[in-house]
Amino acid sequence: MAAPITAMSHLKRGMHARIVAMRECPCELQRFAEMGLTEGVEFHVVKVAPFGDPVEIEVRGYRLCLRRKEASCFEVEVL
Amino acid sequence: MSRPLVAIVGNPNAGKTSLFNSLTGSHQKVGNYPGVTVEKAEGVCRLESMTVDMVDVPGLYSMNPVSEDERVAARVVHGNLEGEQEPDLLVCVIDASALERNLFLFTQMAEVQRPTLVALTMVDRLESKGLSVDVPKLSNLLGTEVVVVEGHKSRGLEDLKQAIQRNLEEPKIPSEVAPLPTALEAKVSSLRESLQRSGMDVLRSEVRHTLLLTEPEFVATIAAYPSLNDEFRAARKELESLGIARPAVESKARYDWAEMVKRATIREEGPRTKSLTDRIDGVLTNRVFGFGVFVGVMYVVFLSIYTFSKPLMEWIDNGFGAISGWVEPKLAGVPMLQSMVVDGLIKGVGSVMVFLPQILILFFFIAVLEGTGYLARAAFLMDRLLGWCGLNGRAFIPLLSSFACAIPGIMAARVMPDQKSRLATILVAPLMSCSARLPVYLVIISTFIEPQFGALWAGVALFAMHLIGLVLAIPIIWFLNRKILKGRRLPFLLELPPYQWPRLKDIWMTMWFRGKVFVQTAGTIIVVMSIFIWAATYFPRLSPAAEAKIRATVPAEQADARVQYAQLEQSALGRFGKAIEPVFVPAGFDWRITTSILAAFPAREVVVPSMGIVFSLGKDVEGEDSKLHSALRKATWPDGRPLFTPWVGVGLMVFFALCCQCTSTLATIKRETNTWKWPTFVFVYMTILAYVFAVGIHQLARWLGKA
Repeated sequence: MAAPITAMSHLKRGMHARIVAMRECPCELQRFAEMGLTEGVEFHVVKVAPFGDPVEIEVRGYRLCLRRKEASCFEVEVL
Repeated sequence: MSRPLVAIVGNPNAGKTSLFNSLTGSHQKVGNYPGVTVEKAEGVCRLESMTVDMVDVPGLYSMNPVSEDERVAARVVHGNLEGEQEPDLLVCVIDASALERNLFLFTQMAEVQRPTLVALTMVDRLESKGLSVDVPKLSNLLGTEVVVVEGHKSRGLEDLKQAIQRNLEEPKIPSEVAPLPTALEAKVSSLRESLQRSGMDVLRSEVRHTLLLTEPEFVATIAAYPSLNDEFRAARKELESLGIARPAVESKARYDWAEMVKRATIREEGPRTKSLTDRIDGVLTNRVFGFGVFVGVMYVVFLSIYTFSKPLMEWIDNGFGAISGWVEPKLAGVPMLQSMVVDGLIKGVGSVMVFLPQILILFFFIAVLEGTGYLARAAFLMDRLLGWCGLNGRAFIPLLSSFACAIPGIMAARVMPDQKSRLATILVAPLMSCSARLPVYLVIISTFIEPQFGALWAGVALFAMHLIGLVLAIPIIWFLNRKILKGRRLPFLLELPPYQWPRLKDIWMTMWFRGKVFVQTAGTIIVVMSIFIWAATYFPRLSPAAEAKIRATVPAEQADARVQYAQLEQSALGRFGKAIEPVFVPAGFDWRITTSILAAFPAREVVVPSMGIVFSLGKDVEGEDSKLHSALRKATWPDGRPLFTPWVGVGLMVFFALCCQCTSTLATIKRETNTWKWPTFVFVYMTILAYVFAVGIHQLARWLGKA
């Protein structure tokens, strides 16, 4: 069974996933790749802030928080 | 010959500043990089047999900068920052617990080919997770010396000092490590050669960046060279066909290498335990408790600023009073000089120095919150609430602090790396109702609101005055972000570092720095302003004959007050107040209120004393003075109508709530933004806002038939 592909912003707390692709990559998203969110990297959702935004993930050994709007640009494969 | 320069560079939160503080001790000075608002911390470090200059470069995540801080940092690494000495050695601080991300930056810095030494921090954090790092192997892979240091425990500090000296004597250039796609690198080389032939010496990284990202600025530069432009376009097309024309390709290649290094050097040794950070975060950013804890923490911070600063402020106030008392008789022979020194200089500087305790206490808490890692969590919690109007979660500290005093608030805005949000926050911070506005509110409310409408409405009025600035700030930020502030907004990206104990030395250094910066600012601009406003109330002098006449006609106990009143009326400021009275009549203010307002422009604290003077009571009135209350109630227009109605009182309070009557605030904005443009902007927009609201309230009252 193929793992479901979804947007990072749809992930729930505690889920593990792998980045498959970056949709439409405007300049600003370059920084996310530089922070380690490159294709193929695995991460897990640590927490979602009380109002549903932003989202905290653990990637490459550290914790990063990003807004849903930007998280929706990442296509991920749930593991 | 100048001393060798060592630059400490690395990711934010890697322990750079802590290391810098340990290496340089108190031999530090702080300033700005020329022409920008980025702060520069320099120090001197004594090694075994040499002394070196050291600079703490702002933290950066990538050599492709997105903020002004990062731009400066990248330029320091490149050694091409104008007016700055080229560093002789880069000490690259690498956080072992986030090795891959830190190595990403290292690979970019390695490309610059400068002498580099790696300081590996946070190894203890790794060990607590049951992991260990193979330092010799890491050193081999990076091509530089690697020294393990813990800024926190001063472990490895001596080793690092020795290594710095060794590397200055025998520099080691890191190997160009990360293998980028060969097709890409070949294109970069050939394009760079073409650029050089056209007389443009551009760095490899810049060429690559342009090729992958179409940097608009650079595209404009090469547009003048059609052949170059074509070459770039052709190269891009070719890379596209190979599937490597996207910017993520570079990051991916570097991270692949970093992953390889991590796998080769970090070994799992013990059992993994749930980290302390997870357990703490379980409570601190919990859906239910998170906000409770946040409110509690903020309450403690601001209660402390209020209560602990009070005795210190009184102490400073008394200190300046004592200085005045000591100086006054010494200058009795020269009344003008005496007045200038006592009423101008000492009072002016004193009125600014009383803010020092608030600043120190606030920065104590900021240092603790930042040092422990809680600041990032609080920003995480608050982002949703502040994000929708164009700010981000980090703005809460500066905005909340501004309710105590805008000066520390503006200084605290530097917790925001995004220049645009930082500026927006600075520009609205003075709208928050600071504690210096409180005396005015109290005088007006206790004179006109409480006696007529009762304690409940008095409370409502006081609360409303604190709310109005905050409410108006929202549309203003919205407008600023869309119309005034240039530059793209950065995506909100926040690293949540693991919790740790803050180091006393780092807290102390933060407080020391902020205090010093503030005193330096106060020491220059504010002295000039104080003397200027003093002169405006001192000249021209009341003639001795006129003074004698007043003293002859009024009872002795009122004579001093009457003379002061006559002098103010006669002075440049009083005349100016009278001259512009028509401007303020639509707000229901007469020349006396107008003059009090004008006198309060340098510092709003003086408004109650100056009201005391214009309403003929002498300058020694206090906010709770019942004489001032009755004088205000009895004051009339020349035609006998009462001057003050509750509505005029409300108008006056609103004027004070919205107006930027604080030279120290403007001087601080100048210091923090490095230009006079923004303080001028703040002064103009707040004055207009205050005026419009005061007039609006009075006109509304007239329309309702209440004036």
